[in-house]
Amino acid sequence: MNELLQLYFAFFRIGGLTFGGGLTMLPMLKYELVEKKNWVTEDDLLNYYAVGQCTPGIIAVNVSTFVGYKRKGIPGAIISTLGMISPSLIIVSILAMFVQQFIENPYVAHAVGGIKVVVCALMLNTVITMGKKSMVSKITIAMALIGFALAMFTPIPTVLLVIFAGIIGIVLYKMGRLKV
Amino acid sequence: MNSIFLQLFIEFFQIGLFAVGGGPATIPFLMDIPSRHDWYAKSDVVNMLAISESTPGPIGINMATYAGFHAAGLAGGIAATLSLVLPSLIVIVIIAKILDKFNENPYVKSSFAMIRPVVTGLIATAVCGIFETALFTASDGSFQFPVFSLILCALFFIAMNLKKLNKIHPFFWMVAGAVVGLVFQM
Repeated sequence: MNELLQLYFAFFRIGGLTFGGGLTMLPMLKYELVEKKNWVTEDDLLNYYAVGQCTPGIIAVNVSTFVGYKRKGIPGAIISTLGMISPSLIIVSILAMFVQQFIENPYVAHAVGGIKVVVCALMLNTVITMGKKSMVSKITIAMALIGFALAMFTPIPTVLLVIFAGIIGIVLYKMGRLKV
Repeated sequence: MNSIFLQLFIEFFQIGLFAVGGGPATIPFLMDIPSRHDWYAKSDVVNMLAISESTPGPIGINMATYAGFHAAGLAGGIAATLSLVLPSLIVIVIIAKILDKFNENPYVKSSFAMIRPVVTGLIATAVCGIFETALFTASDGSFQFPVFSLILCALFFIAMNLKKLNKIHPFFWMVAGAVVGLVFQM
């Protein structure tokens, strides 16, 4: 089979069979790409993850773009990314079509009431996990608090806050106040 | 070009370009959108999260598909998702060529060292918004103080952090939530 098609279906399987994205996808990526297909080494995969985590965009998509590019250049990158997002497009579109009808049903409404509580707990968990990883010094704690306060109490767009944060990092580095 | 697709492209391209840290980093942006467009309400973000976490695929992609679908049907879902992945496709292809240099560049490292905590702060704000719409807003839109839901939320949170349970998939927690919701007629 043509390698581009193989890339598409490998990432289609990964996208369609893993829940959650990000790090939860790592075991599946390892199985498909390192053990089964031998397309990349495990070290490659961890490097892609490291970069994928600190570049914009969805981490799992970034990793698929990397692997696709390594195998087949730009067409490979595009095909792998499309493979990764195809299952989501199909499954979520189908669900979205029916969700509105479902939500009117009283039993579904009760269930959704309980699910909302779980979503809140999950989100709290996510933000605490991220905080443990990113708030590691006085200055990073201060940046997180400032970011929180500005987003909470001012109408400054999220995009600008992210750009400012990057600029502050570079300025602090130039001033010798930030060791990287 | 139909203007709603152009708007979807602009919004989701921006999210793809500026959401550093994967799926959860897209949430603050998704909470922002209802203030500019009537594609979905802020309260829909909770449903989006529930569906995205319990369906296969990366959460950020699932949310883009769902949000786009709300805005303009099937084509909207496809447009939003493709717009979301386009910036990282471009960025990663460039980086793949110069991977080692990029990883070690002090300017790149120092800017991301500050972006990561700020993104955490932004997500914390988004989480407050989610609590507000999911728990503190009654079905008629008025304010409520949900004692029962808050206690339940705390219990779920504690359970998720127990050593023996912290590997359980979010989907199963949602099933548990649905059961509790049915039993207590929430």
